[in-house]
Amino acid sequence: MRDGSGGDDWPPSADVTRLRQRADWLKTVRRFFAAREVIEVETPLLSQAGVTDVHVESLRERDTGRWLQTSPEYAMKRLLAAGLGDCYQITRAFRAGEQGRWHNPEFTLLEWYRLGFDADRLIDEVAALVGEFLGTTEVVRERYADAFIEAGLPDPLVAGEGELLRAAAAHPEAAPPPPGLGRSGLLDWLFSQIVVPALPARCFVTHYPADQAVLARLDRHDPRVAARFELFCDGVELANGFHELTDAGELRCRFESDQSVRRRTGQRVPDIDERLLAAMTAGLPDCAGVALGLDRLFALAAGDDSLAGVMAFPWDRA
Amino acid sequence: MASYSTNQFKSGLKLMLDGEPYTIVENEFVKPGKGQAFNRVKVRNLKTGKVIDRTFKSGESVEAADVMETEMQYLYNDGEFYHFMAPETFEQHSAPPEAVGDSGKWLKEQDICSVTLYNGEPLSVEPPPHVTLQVTQTDPGLKGDTSSGGSKPATLETGAVVQVPLFIQEGEVLKVDTRTGEYISRAKD
Repeated sequence: MRDGSGGDDWPPSADVTRLRQRADWLKTVRRFFAAREVIEVETPLLSQAGVTDVHVESLRERDTGRWLQTSPEYAMKRLLAAGLGDCYQITRAFRAGEQGRWHNPEFTLLEWYRLGFDADRLIDEVAALVGEFLGTTEVVRERYADAFIEAGLPDPLVAGEGELLRAAAAHPEAAPPPPGLGRSGLLDWLFSQIVVPALPARCFVTHYPADQAVLARLDRHDPRVAARFELFCDGVELANGFHELTDAGELRCRFESDQSVRRRTGQRVPDIDERLLAAMTAGLPDCAGVALGLDRLFALAAGDDSLAGVMAFPWDRA
Repeated sequence: MASYSTNQFKSGLKLMLDGEPYTIVENEFVKPGKGQAFNRVKVRNLKTGKVIDRTFKSGESVEAADVMETEMQYLYNDGEFYHFMAPETFEQHSAPPEAVGDSGKWLKEQDICSVTLYNGEPLSVEPPPHVTLQVTQTDPGLKGDTSSGGSKPATLETGAVVQVPLFIQEGEVLKVDTRTGEYISRAKD
């Protein structure tokens, strides 16, 4: 065979019974939103503008030069600006190079937006949805900085690179960080290697540093942090949510700063999504939105420690 | 110089780290949220066998180790070195005892082994997964007892000692799994 496969990997990696269960799980998600009068929408997988996020790599379709979406966020925000109201989407998203036990370059994302919600209210709703799959248990909310301090690390909002490096060296249970990370890379390293493994079983990490705001607005009382949250279940990152930034000018600045980092580090520099910025200029309603990895949620519901058991054909079998 | 990007990482890949050859035992892609992605790997030092953890920035390139796994025929032991021959080229290599290690007790002349070469020198030796070896010493068992679960030690021609069923006699030829060190069956012929 051309791809070098012997052909013995034709069956799905998941049991057929598990795939039937997956269909039920999808029904549960749709029921959850139907009960809350959040409507299902569809937006394109391929779009002309890309994502400038420094740590998200898009796949590109060769014939048209269009980008496969890394999430439906920009298109859904255009729907919100057009007045569609509360909406959700279950869709495939694509991220180049993200492959491992908990990553597949093509995966199923659930994304939804709630008008008038702030991060706290959306966290309640995410917890309710996750509870339907994983059972109810104590749900902890912890600020990003507090999670560092509780893991025995310095305050990430004030510590300099040298202090963070010394803190990393003081944790011999983790392998040493790779050289040349810089301050923000070092925070990512400490967070993934030391903070996340120490989080409570079901934990929303909130108030991310402003330079990790992505598309979240900054906190009204403390602009050093953003109204962004992430949900971790048993150390697995399940969801990422924002009290959405609505200021088009501010978002343009963030996109341009991403582009200049990409230029400096020799990465591809996708164009800014002008339609998104135009929609935000026209007026994105006050809202909170979140993206949740459905394959991961289903894998945790199945008690698995990888995605292969809940996906029909992961990357290597696709 | 050959190198690998982290997205080529998988177990068995050979890397140079701090001037030493390593093999990847386990590779985990780690990316919490929207930050920097890492590959967290367990690597085994091919010289010392020691396993350590390392993290790499995803997308980083790492020098490849000039390590080759080859199939070679085991020829003989000269009292210190183990001698092997590449079947196609008839090229001979001698492996020091520290490269052969525990595998030595399974090596039978003529058997095809997996020999790992580092810069052209044998670094480690894996015996075939299954070997056929003669029993040179074992206590007499119970005649006709082919069912009971009991076992006894038997010394094989290469010096390895394995647990065998009670009915096995001296001089018999056995099939043994070298990975577990367990008796499989009597050899068919």
